[in-house]
Amino acid sequence: MDMKSIMNDAKSQGSIYFPMFFPKPAPKFVSESGNAVYGIVAEFSETPKVFRAAKKVRDAGYSKWDVHTPFPIHDMEEAMGIKTTKLPLMAGGAAIVGVGIAILLQWGTTDWLYPTLVQGKPFDAWQPFVPIMFELGILLTAFMCIFGMLALNGLPRFHHPLFSHERFYRVGNDRFFIAIEAIDPNFDPIKTKKLLEEAGGTDITLIEDVD
Amino acid sequence: MSDTHPDQTIALQASGIASVQPVARRQPIIPGTKDDGTLSEDPTLRAPLVLGDRSFSEVTDIVCGYAEAPMPKIWLTAFTIAASVAGIANVMILYLIITGVGVWGLNNQVDWAWDITNFVFWIGIGHAGTLISAILCLLKQNWRTAVNRAAEAMTIFAVICAGIFPGIHVGRAWMAWFLAPVPNSNGIWPNFRSPLLWDVFAVSTYATVSLLFWYMGMIPDVATLRDRATLRLHKGVSRGFKMPMPLGDGLALGFMPKPDQIRVLAYGVMALGWRFSSRHWHRYEKAYLMLAGISTPLVLSVHSIVSFDFATSVIPGWHTTIFPPYFVAGAVFGGFAMVLWLLIPLRLFLPNFSDLLTLRHLENMSKIILLTGTMVGFAYSMEFFMAWYGANEYEFAVFANNRVNPAKAPYWWAYWTMIICNVGFPQVFWFRKMRQNPLVIWIVASAVTVGMWFERFVIIVTSIHRAFLPGEWHMFFPTWVDILTFVGSCGIFMTLFLLFLKFLPIFALSELKIVMPQSHTDDHH
Repeated sequence: MDMKSIMNDAKSQGSIYFPMFFPKPAPKFVSESGNAVYGIVAEFSETPKVFRAAKKVRDAGYSKWDVHTPFPIHDMEEAMGIKTTKLPLMAGGAAIVGVGIAILLQWGTTDWLYPTLVQGKPFDAWQPFVPIMFELGILLTAFMCIFGMLALNGLPRFHHPLFSHERFYRVGNDRFFIAIEAIDPNFDPIKTKKLLEEAGGTDITLIEDVD
Repeated sequence: MSDTHPDQTIALQASGIASVQPVARRQPIIPGTKDDGTLSEDPTLRAPLVLGDRSFSEVTDIVCGYAEAPMPKIWLTAFTIAASVAGIANVMILYLIITGVGVWGLNNQVDWAWDITNFVFWIGIGHAGTLISAILCLLKQNWRTAVNRAAEAMTIFAVICAGIFPGIHVGRAWMAWFLAPVPNSNGIWPNFRSPLLWDVFAVSTYATVSLLFWYMGMIPDVATLRDRATLRLHKGVSRGFKMPMPLGDGLALGFMPKPDQIRVLAYGVMALGWRFSSRHWHRYEKAYLMLAGISTPLVLSVHSIVSFDFATSVIPGWHTTIFPPYFVAGAVFGGFAMVLWLLIPLRLFLPNFSDLLTLRHLENMSKIILLTGTMVGFAYSMEFFMAWYGANEYEFAVFANNRVNPAKAPYWWAYWTMIICNVGFPQVFWFRKMRQNPLVIWIVASAVTVGMWFERFVIIVTSIHRAFLPGEWHMFFPTWVDILTFVGSCGIFMTLFLLFLKFLPIFALSELKIVMPQSHTDDHH
């Protein structure tokens, strides 16, 4: 992982949470009604179909695209060519920070800040400090798992161009969607549509990005 | 399919106006037996986890229907009773804070009694949810999908009930901030070498992590509820607001916003804009797996640390090293019993519930009850054996004279209630027929719940009511405030659980879909 990709990650993450600081680039494609094009979305009705279609889109070399499914599909990461997330590393870091806080809190107060003699027990014994080290380690790991997951996903984000597509409201029920974004370098309104048609998609629709 | 457009059908099905849920079962119970098709012992067959050969959309309709369609009338009755009982708890807590802990039956000798019994009872019940979610997830036990959501909800509510008691038993409730790791006005910090402070960290970490785990699991399902409500508003098939009434139809209130408008807002905020993206699912599943991984040691640690409150003291009957595993096994035991106790009646009252919570699920949980009940029974006998074998006369006296022997122990009935309920009742589960009979399971679950309360009462009160010096022996008798506070805490628990049944997805919808055969990516399965 080099510096450039870290900066790019930070920029794309930042543009989700602080859109006011990141001016939007001029849209590559504009629809007939004059709005920027977000992308093209295709609908699928069965798991094997969308799985095979995802492999086709991956092999066609797209990078800015996504598969929306009612449940996580087994092996979809591979079919889409998603790199493994760095969330476990972040969670590991959080665990170390949590244990560190517990060490500082307990040694710092018991042995250094205000040593108080209770039942003749030594100030610097490590054994009684283990439970809280454990608990705080777990607590911070859990925070990182959930809030880190949401942050990497760019959530919460209550508005999204896909929500303007009425058929998309069945994605939580029984429909599968493949959405290819217009900012993808390979995106072409006609070729991309054709690819999705060949992959078996139905109700292929152009989605506009209306603010 | 009918002539209507599929979208229109979906919208109507989900609207709560037309018949909401598919009622016809395509695979009825096997004729001439009580088998619902899940009880085969043939290892080459995998029991279906969702019955009736359902499609994704039918399962969505069933699960979302519980939160969208009106609840059966019995729900309103149960809620009214539960909420009234919860009100009693509030009055009792207020009375205690205004007057002082003297309104309880505590005395100088028995300075922990019902308060800590109730605390340990509730926190123990709160262990099944995370156990089902975390440990069964790591062990790839797919049947957990039918019960994990309700069990996690139950965990949160039990921990809320548990949290009340340490907070109010300190007497001066406005000093409860002494529990927090901040220095007091003399600059003295809390004693980090005390198990009571470990307990504060363990229970608060457990409550936080369980809440987040539960919430995270719900995000996609709440997003489904949001999308359905949005779709109904788009199609113009939303119901108007109706105030549920004890008799007859609800009272239509035109000035109120439509329920779907409230749903879009409330579920919309809760769902955080979840849009079912596979890139999101990938991180979500990783996060879920890691949470399961860290929750497993967490759930084991919490009741271990609760048991340290007792085990690190020098009171005979408390000062034993068997306590941590013994408490954890007891917590799992009591928690599973409570899950079964809550869910079995729902199979009767909610339509299609038994398609998702099958007899196989009940049988599996009965086996866990039998296993953990036997572990608890082993702990009881081992504790007694060590009291004798350890040759400590005080330790032995606690068992023989304070608990077991009816001629000498005033609380012998509590001990024997515990033994009969916790060790006796689960033994019926050695028989297959009993494990498959919901009524028998429900009765055993009730007995275990009672027994587990008595276990904590026995541990706490019988150990301290007669310690070393006969001169300081005292009996403990609960006052009416003690009793009503406990009853009220049950009301708080039931109120929260009934609200959960009405307003949140009570099954893990996206996880149920994973265990359905249509979720496989190959065509021939």
